[in-house]
Amino acid sequence: MSDTKATGPQTTDAPTPDDGPHSAASLRGTDETDARGGLVTADGKSLKSSLNRALRMQKMRALMLIAPLLVFVLVTFIAPIASMLFRSVENEIVANTLPLTTERLQDWDGTTGDIPDEGVFQGLFFDLFLAAEAKEHTKLGTRLNYEQTGVSSLFRQSGRRLDDMGEVYQDPLEDLDEAWEEGATWYELMSGTGAKDTALVANQRQRYNLLTSSSDSGDIGFAPSSAISEMLPLTARAYTAFATFTVYADEDVVAEEDPWEAVYAALALDLMTPGTAEKVAAYSGPRADLLQAAAGLDFPPADFTAGFADIDEDWAAHETWQTIQTYSPKYTNGYFLNSVDLKKTADGFEARPENERIYITLFQRTMFMSMVITCSCILLAYPVAWILANLPARTANLLMILVLLPFWTSLLVRTSAWKVMLQQQGVINDVLVWLGLVADDARLVMINNQLGTIIAMTHILLPFMILPMYSVMQTINPSYLRAAKSLGATNWTAFWRVYFPQSVPGIGAGSILVFILSIGYYITPEIVGGTKGVFISNRIAYHISSSLNWGLAAALGTILFAVVLILYWAYDKIVGIDNVKLG
Amino acid sequence: MKLNKILLASSALTVAGGLAFAASHAEMADSMTLVSWGGAYQSSQVKAYSEPYMEMHPEVSVSWDESSNEAVAKLRAMNEAGNVTWDLVDVVASDAIRLCDEGLAMEIDPDEDLAAAPDGTSAEDDFGDLLVSDCFIPQIVYSTTFGYRTDMVPEGVEPPSDICSVFDLETYPGKRSLEKRPINNMEWALLCDGVAKDDVYDVLETDEGQQQALDKLATIKDDVVWWSAGADTPQLLADGEVFMGSTYNGRLFSVIEEQDQPVAMMWDAQVFDLDGWIIPAGLPEDRLARVKDFLKFATDTQRLADQAKYISYGPARASSAPLVGKHAELGIEMGPHMPTDPANATNTFLYNYEWWADYRDDIDAKFQAWLAQ
Repeated sequence: MSDTKATGPQTTDAPTPDDGPHSAASLRGTDETDARGGLVTADGKSLKSSLNRALRMQKMRALMLIAPLLVFVLVTFIAPIASMLFRSVENEIVANTLPLTTERLQDWDGTTGDIPDEGVFQGLFFDLFLAAEAKEHTKLGTRLNYEQTGVSSLFRQSGRRLDDMGEVYQDPLEDLDEAWEEGATWYELMSGTGAKDTALVANQRQRYNLLTSSSDSGDIGFAPSSAISEMLPLTARAYTAFATFTVYADEDVVAEEDPWEAVYAALALDLMTPGTAEKVAAYSGPRADLLQAAAGLDFPPADFTAGFADIDEDWAAHETWQTIQTYSPKYTNGYFLNSVDLKKTADGFEARPENERIYITLFQRTMFMSMVITCSCILLAYPVAWILANLPARTANLLMILVLLPFWTSLLVRTSAWKVMLQQQGVINDVLVWLGLVADDARLVMINNQLGTIIAMTHILLPFMILPMYSVMQTINPSYLRAAKSLGATNWTAFWRVYFPQSVPGIGAGSILVFILSIGYYITPEIVGGTKGVFISNRIAYHISSSLNWGLAAALGTILFAVVLILYWAYDKIVGIDNVKLG
Repeated sequence: MKLNKILLASSALTVAGGLAFAASHAEMADSMTLVSWGGAYQSSQVKAYSEPYMEMHPEVSVSWDESSNEAVAKLRAMNEAGNVTWDLVDVVASDAIRLCDEGLAMEIDPDEDLAAAPDGTSAEDDFGDLLVSDCFIPQIVYSTTFGYRTDMVPEGVEPPSDICSVFDLETYPGKRSLEKRPINNMEWALLCDGVAKDDVYDVLETDEGQQQALDKLATIKDDVVWWSAGADTPQLLADGEVFMGSTYNGRLFSVIEEQDQPVAMMWDAQVFDLDGWIIPAGLPEDRLARVKDFLKFATDTQRLADQAKYISYGPARASSAPLVGKHAELGIEMGPHMPTDPANATNTFLYNYEWWADYRDDIDAKFQAWLAQ
């Protein structure tokens, strides 16, 4: 209240300190002024805040009244749409499944034509091993197969053969000492003594949760000792990953389970790292003897690059790695580029080959055909609405039932009926042949093309045009027409200059309804559209239910949504949304 | 669209039997939701599998959901929402492979989860090569093949018996109906463009090979009606809209034998495909126990053979083949109508699942772009 005087929001009706507390108090009875001159209520609070509170209460009450509907709309409409649209940019699966690989790939220069170095392949081995155990690698294969043909089976096959790559290191260790076969040996060795590396456990837990989209947080009953973790970093990480998975996914006890081949491979890699042998020699924790013996082993050289190339030559292909690198980030514009016939590349984007371009054509066709359908609806609906509006109420109601009848019939039935009508051996062609208008061997093709879609959809959407037109025309006063004619206008002038302008709001409302509905139609075009009469929505439906490329479907849907909003905005600018009337 | 048919057993026996059973199978859920394709196929499953099962287990109620054609998308959505309401889902093999890849279907152990053949052959050997995925339990072998109108064959010309007559507009003028997807059509086109059967997929892997197939299809493009639902071709044939068309062999059987239309089969280069069950991943234990119990029963040798009484699809077990008898209503021998019958299977293809899993997205984009031209 202190700045009331300065900003003066209440100056018009609230008393200022100049007209004095007396008048205010006498006028309002119970009101009093506070120390700084503002009005207060009986309970000592300032009038302004009381008023605000009362208003707020009122708004809250109004909000409470609409709350059920609001929550319903938010939960069942806005939220699903928003989450679906979000899929058009979301791409976390690559980084979540291959965290090490994508991190190391960042430094790889994909433009040189070389494949990445050994470190990336090593990361890939450990990433893929865990992913294959969790059966998540095939999901990533499916995801990347949308971008590059063949990745799907590349991941599926590689997942099966990773064990072989690890066994190369497992066998020498187990030949050396049978103790290496025991889960308990490993558990004792890795647990060690002294301080524990809990950071690594937390890190692997987070990785597991990201990989499997779960939220496990319980204790896994294992943590590597800091000494081990520092001396054998790869082994500690691989064993912790194994321990995390054993506890969370298999619900087993770590010490009782034999580690994965990947853990043996990690140990071999650690022992081959220069400098580790000395550290191992100096180590004195549990099972140090085993470790020291293993350090003297002669492991086969680490060559994961060759190992992966052996599984499938596509791993040695530059293109595979470029795809993985291009789609490493957690968010991608790749789906949007795909939906306008472009292709994401390492440095920007390029046009798709001519024989794969389809979406721009479909968008254009959807727009064009929706306009044609809207126009034919206007042409057909206008006379019908005019007759309905000018007939006596009883007859009009009867005719109205005919307009509404299609609403009560299943969409599929109506569309299939058109099939019976329009096909070459159908009713219309039969009648034309019988009348001799068309030769029997030259029957008209009216279905499985654009004409079929236009006819069927015009029929199906016609009520959406007639109804708003009818309700607007009903309100047009017939005496205007009579006045125009009495002033000497011809029938046409009276209609065109007097009646038609008044019916425009009905046309506007009907057109918006029909156009927006037809843009999103897919059942009717699918049944009667053949190949040239299908819409973009048919491709969206295909990607949702058949190819499962939901990201692309979401991107296409987002674009369609944006186009509708832009057209609506343009309509508002040109015709004015105030000119739209539903009655 | 979703039509749930709840089948409930009744009578006093229910109570008695139910109580006795509840004691021994306390851990099993007493209701199941099975998902299938609807129509004649689903009713053959009801008659061959679920009705006999419910007679043995009167306390169990089975409801059917006709959602198989969108099962993959729906299962994925259910899984994301964390609420899988289906217990057993009937899907084609390629969908089963994808569901398995996505972790949406449970892996099964054939020898443990499925019944052995009466002669003691293990389930794994009995199903043999048809176990194309770790999650998939095949029920039937069906084929996508051609049927043609016998009354539209031009005079003085042999009825078509060769796949390439589809591409021969001169000898066999008239419209054809083909499925609105590249699978099968690309293979047939290459076969009739001089590519040897064994080389088809090698050729199709290259851009030139794909173009070659599309070019071959282009020669008949103006005379093709493209279908997307299995019922389309039977309707088009029955109305005389097309001369020949591809569809599932069971649909043609019903046009020919049940509806008595002047249509005949052309088995040449039929493409075998499989249909079977998957168990959704992550079922609670009691529901899983019930489903496994049902599955063991419903995929045994006799049950698979029984299904062939109602529909002309071949049982997936080798041991079921000799048990296939007559149609339950028409009384005709079903053997000669099976796609696997030696007389029909002289020249066949087996849907190459792995190959199409890789190339599907790429070729489909090209195919759709070609269609839209």
